Amino acid sequence: MLEDLTEKLERSLKKITGQGRLTETNISDTLREIRRVLLDADVNYKVAKQFIEDVKQKALGQEVITSVTPGQLITKIIHDELTKLMGGSNQALLLNPSGITVILMVGLQGSGKTTFSGKLAKHLSKLNRKVLLTACDIYRPAAIEQLKTLGEQINVPVFSIAGEKNAIKIAGDSIEYAKANGFNTVLVDTAGRLHVDEDLMNEVEEIKKKINPSETLFVVDSMTGQDAVNSAKAFHDKVDFSGIVLTKLDGDSRGGCALSIKAVVDEPIKFISLGEKLDSLEVFYPERLASRILGKGDIVSLVEKAQEQFDEKEAEQLEKKLMSNKFDFEDFLGQIKMLKRMGSLKSLMGMVPGMNKAIKNTDIDEKQLVRVESIIQSMTKLERGDPKLLNGSRRKRIANGSGNSIQDVNRLIKQYKEMQNMLKMFNKKGFNKKMNLKNMRLN
Amino acid sequence: MALFDNINLEKLKAGLSKTKNKLVDRISETFTGKAQVDEELLEEIEEILISSDIGMDTTERIIENTRRSLKEKNSRDRDTFMQTLEEELIKILGKPTDLDEEINKIKSCKPFVLLIIGINGSGKTTTIGKLSSQFKNSGYDVIVGSADTFRAAANEQLEVWANRSKVKIIQSKTGADPSSVAFDTLQAAKQDNADIVIIDTAGRLHTKKNLMEELRKINNVLSKVFLYAPNEVYLVVDGNSGQNALIQAREFSKFTHISGLIVTKLDGTAKGGILFQICDELKIPVKFIGVGEGIDDLQPFVPENYVKALFS
Ligand SMILES: Nc1nc2c(ncn2[C@@H]2O[C@H](COP(=O)(O)OP(=O)(O)OP(=O)(O)O)[C@@H](O)[C@H]2O)c(=O)[nH]1
Ligand SMILES: [Mg+2]
Repeated sequence: MLEDLTEKLERSLKKITGQGRLTETNISDTLREIRRVLLDADVNYKVAKQFIEDVKQKALGQEVITSVTPGQLITKIIHDELTKLMGGSNQALLLNPSGITVILMVGLQGSGKTTFSGKLAKHLSKLNRKVLLTACDIYRPAAIEQLKTLGEQINVPVFSIAGEKNAIKIAGDSIEYAKANGFNTVLVDTAGRLHVDEDLMNEVEEIKKKINPSETLFVVDSMTGQDAVNSAKAFHDKVDFSGIVLTKLDGDSRGGCALSIKAVVDEPIKFISLGEKLDSLEVFYPERLASRILGKGDIVSLVEKAQEQFDEKEAEQLEKKLMSNKFDFEDFLGQIKMLKRMGSLKSLMGMVPGMNKAIKNTDIDEKQLVRVESIIQSMTKLERGDPKLLNGSRRKRIANGSGNSIQDVNRLIKQYKEMQNMLKMFNKKGFNKKMNLKNMRLN
Repeated sequence: MALFDNINLEKLKAGLSKTKNKLVDRISETFTGKAQVDEELLEEIEEILISSDIGMDTTERIIENTRRSLKEKNSRDRDTFMQTLEEELIKILGKPTDLDEEINKIKSCKPFVLLIIGINGSGKTTTIGKLSSQFKNSGYDVIVGSADTFRAAANEQLEVWANRSKVKIIQSKTGADPSSVAFDTLQAAKQDNADIVIIDTAGRLHTKKNLMEELRKINNVLSKVFLYAPNEVYLVVDGNSGQNALIQAREFSKFTHISGLIVTKLDGTAKGGILFQICDELKIPVKFIGVGEGIDDLQPFVPENYVKALFS
């Protein structure tokens, strides 16, 4: 879906770009295609309609501008409108600096509340908050055990009352417990429920009344279809949630439902969740999602994510090495380790502009990374620093030592040489402008 | 007791019609003000279908077909229109689930092996609980295997369901190899002379190559123990899902032969319309639908009832 949408948009944008100026006709063609793209992306029918209308008005109004190409103009308008629909600027999570901060998770079944609770707990612990998780899902079998297991993994205590049949009481007691035991943040996980289930909707309303959270987060699966507007509205009417969490964005759904929900409830999207690992949590930036929809790739996210993991000194050293053709296998290994730290390679690559199409057809095999890593690890320090040493018998030893075939080893060495040649060329051609991750920005 | 003895169609109807935007209301409204099927009406029908997640392409085709049929019938009244529309929709979905046929399949193989797959949170484990209870109550010996060794407490969840439906479970530890759990489950079935084996798997996004390969491996291990296994591979799809479910079905199909769909959570207001596209493009039949979290909230799929429920 992600790639589809991006490709289609790219195609429709190309059409316009190729035609010079915007005319009523070629806008209407493009807009029809964009409408289809949006509907394919699960943007609600009505929301999509409104969006097209807005874009049309803006596009026609700005026809006079001649300093930009039609392609740039329509790109910008579409991008801006998408961004606007999804909610202006990012809003940070409300955390009380003193006293207790309570955050309540609500949503449909299977939307990802429990996993997200774990992620948020980990995230807030990293910010040195003293976090308590509360397990209020008394319905789904083993839901409490699930949260407890996650809590153990991240070293965050989980509050639950064995055998308690009253979720409101569990929630209330957990706040008392937190206060008495020096916690300043309580994340309350609740059972998934349908918005048409009156009893359960009343229950979650009561929970909210009891614990008075500073944030109530509506956790929604990014693959949700047209009905997202109904469930979001019903939950909002009942518990007046203050933020949206978009989960499972590591899939290839385009998350058009986010736009839809934003359009009906006007609450900020606060987080996106990208995977089952507990550190794959990200802050949501509407403009980035808009960029991604337009096939520009989420370069800003990528840069930030890289920065978090990438020690700047390390970067500088690497840069020097790259520029002086002294990039050896030791550095290679470092790169692989870094890549692994940064999470799924594929989710990462998806954020790079222009990569979407490539990724669709070429599968990045994470196993390949592991293989390369094992080969390099079987080299001696000397060999890593001076790959020229790698003669036949050494290669054989490495192959045996790492449990790979000699062909695998040869291939890696060949790739390394190719890379070296490429670097040489780059450096000669004057590509050695200062690489500065910080200054990389969209547009 | 026979399979699915106590089917309660009301539950599906209740769920599907709970929405404020009930299809028929809106269609009727549309009709009351207008004597004829005009472009404006067709656009409203388009909205209704697309809002059910049927998707743009399929919607356009259904409308086009309906329009053509109406022309042939030379009719423009409400009843003919509704009937034609329903016919077009039912046509896409194919035959209803034939329980006799399902039972014959089960009887033909011992053990009969089912593999349950799908993305995270779609309703696999719950569906296994419901299925095993149905099978058990119909007199079959069932063993379930907990091959979700990834998600926290997945094993415990399946264990609760196994206890509820009083069937044997082959448990697993977090981090264990799912294929070997699948293997152990089949071995146990062999030993116990069980009739039916159901393997639960971890939820996985179809975009994760390594997890999809793992699925292939589980599938292969099953065939290693019994050449014919798995007999059924059911893809569990969340009824709330939008267009991505089609891609899910496509991708999962590349790694294992999906023999049927199970669409869950149809007790809400979501219509599950994406199943039209999955049936149409991939020719995978919908076997069962989930209409709640209770052990009996699973029903064999009957296209006519489903489409009727969409419109009632
Ligand atoms: N309302 C409703 N809820 C359902 C239905 N089927 C499953 N659920 C709920 O959806 C949630 C997820 O169901 P699970 O059975 O755990 O889903 P799963 O696919 O096994 O999930 P993972 O193993 O985590 O990928 C649970 O809260 C279930 O109770 C259904 O037909 N209707
Ligand atoms: Mg499960």
